[in-house]
Amino acid sequence: MDQHEHSQEHGEGTHIVSYARYIMIWIGLVMLTGTTVALSGMDLGRWIILTALTIASIKTTLVLSIFMHLKFEDKMYRYFVLIAGSTFLIFISLTFFDYAFR
Amino acid sequence: MAIAAAAHGAPEPDFYHAPSKHKGIFAWILSTDHKRIGILYLFSLLTFFLIAATLGVLMRLEMLTPGKTIIEPQTYNTFFTLHGIMMIFLFIIPGLPAVFGNFMMPIMIGAKDVFFPRLNLLSWWLFLAGGLLALVSVFLPGGATDTGWTFYVPYSIRTSTNVIPALMAAFILGFSSILTGLNFVTTIHRMRAPGMTWFRMPLFVWSLYATAWVQILATPIIGITLLLVAIERWFGVGIFDPSLGGDPILYQHLFWIYSHPAVYIMILPGLGVVSEILPVFARRTIFGYKFIAYSSLAIAFVGSLVWAHHMFTVGMSNTGMFVFSFLTFLVSIPSAIKVFNWIATLYKGSIALEVPLLFILSFIVQFCIGGFTGLMLGALAVNIHVTDTYFVVGHFHYVMFGGTGFGLFAALHYWFPKMTGKMFKKKPAVVSWFMVTIGFNVLYFTMFILGYQGMPRRYYDYLPQFQTLHVIATVGSWILYSGILVMFVNLLISLRKGEKAGANPWGGETLEWTVPSPPPLENFDVVPTVTTGPYDYSKYEAVQEAK
Repeated sequence: MDQHEHSQEHGEGTHIVSYARYIMIWIGLVMLTGTTVALSGMDLGRWIILTALTIASIKTTLVLSIFMHLKFEDKMYRYFVLIAGSTFLIFISLTFFDYAFR
Repeated sequence: MAIAAAAHGAPEPDFYHAPSKHKGIFAWILSTDHKRIGILYLFSLLTFFLIAATLGVLMRLEMLTPGKTIIEPQTYNTFFTLHGIMMIFLFIIPGLPAVFGNFMMPIMIGAKDVFFPRLNLLSWWLFLAGGLLALVSVFLPGGATDTGWTFYVPYSIRTSTNVIPALMAAFILGFSSILTGLNFVTTIHRMRAPGMTWFRMPLFVWSLYATAWVQILATPIIGITLLLVAIERWFGVGIFDPSLGGDPILYQHLFWIYSHPAVYIMILPGLGVVSEILPVFARRTIFGYKFIAYSSLAIAFVGSLVWAHHMFTVGMSNTGMFVFSFLTFLVSIPSAIKVFNWIATLYKGSIALEVPLLFILSFIVQFCIGGFTGLMLGALAVNIHVTDTYFVVGHFHYVMFGGTGFGLFAALHYWFPKMTGKMFKKKPAVVSWFMVTIGFNVLYFTMFILGYQGMPRRYYDYLPQFQTLHVIATVGSWILYSGILVMFVNLLISLRKGEKAGANPWGGETLEWTVPSPPPLENFDVVPTVTTGPYDYSKYEAVQEAK
């Protein structure tokens, strides 16, 4: 997609992410995945879930912000994603009223 | 609803007769017109409903006597599974939004169509594909699924029946639901007519908006969960099966995280239909408009947080049980707000006892019974006693059928003139309402007593002490089924021989009553400009006050 097409799709205030940045983010994601795999073999007790979810959240944020261009989009889209994210967080938290107190 | 623009020029042909690039059946199944898609959904849904209702009647017939009456135990298991899957995934969940949301919502907000018409058609195709796959799974080698509509593990992982096709059917249907929700949220945000502010929107649209959010947020969870069951069956990965190191309670959490909000996907549009129809036949401005609108959002939100009340007996922690019991009680607040406002709307109204209102009155009574028994089930002590009994079946059907089902029948009669351009015959419609209401209550109220006495749900056989109540319930199913047949036959005959309907036969004030019956292809000649709220019945109220 050339720059003209890109501008048409996103209207004014469009932002083009450089390949270098994409590659850096991709390397970051791969490293975070490696960290998750490495952590799965360690005994972190009850912190393991929190740690794994934190890493997963960071990865999700990176994908949404950069690869899916949320960082450069209208605020409304961010609110919508925030609603979905908050709902997911609430679902997980409530589930742990069961798992954490068994 | 006052509008500032009027139609001019020669009248356009209605959408049935509008020119199309396709001919015959292709003009329907390839159409992106929201009204045609609504009608496609209507006929597909009612077909699935009739099949599922027939299965239900056959199940009741089997329960007429202890032991075998007409079918074998495995056939009975298959019947209640198919009855559940078809009623839930192919009738009640898509029900009101897919049919009346599609047909009416764009007109009610002054739009020409939904925001993504092609995506809308894709939703219907996915719905049809999922429905057919569910049906085909019955006839594939391996035999029809016998897990119940909940696909509980570990049984659904171990049974040799066709679980995978049924799971895939539910998975595909989920996509259809998500796409419809996405389309509705976008349409309501972006396509409202000038002057159609959020608080001038009809309450049915508010309920669709709240429902659409639940569809978008909760449905992916069931999709992934069902996929995990399939992966476990295919590859033996230990996710849910305890013999493989999995956790079956995790499945129930994930399943109900979707399936309880799905109850609100089913009931919220029904509540919207009540709010829509009541003021028209009470000739009263709706009482507490903003409270009703906000209560839809509150039900959608709080209702999404109460799923584990389906799991009080499965081995959850006491803290979890307490929290979910408390949250369950909270849902009753926005639900009660709606009921109080409906009753206040009827108070001192100039009530016209037309057929849609009759169904709505049945709805309110039955919804209250369903709601109160829901509170009983939300209380931990009672729940332990009646869980997995007919009490739960009675409660569920009072909310889903007594609520949403009756809401759909009300909507069908209310918008029939608008959708078809014909009036239905009133006398047979009243007879059908009477039969359906009596049959429904005889069938399902009996289940409360059966359940309270200890009759377990899903059992093929039972002790002789339960037989009298089973016979009463079965007779109720015959009355109910006959009433439904009378209703459909009446509507089909009216479709051919009914009197021509005017643009506004009920005296409604929302935008759909300002366009011809049936509406033209693009709904409005001129995009309307809205200047007041949707239920302005001040002229009737002035007359009533003067009396």
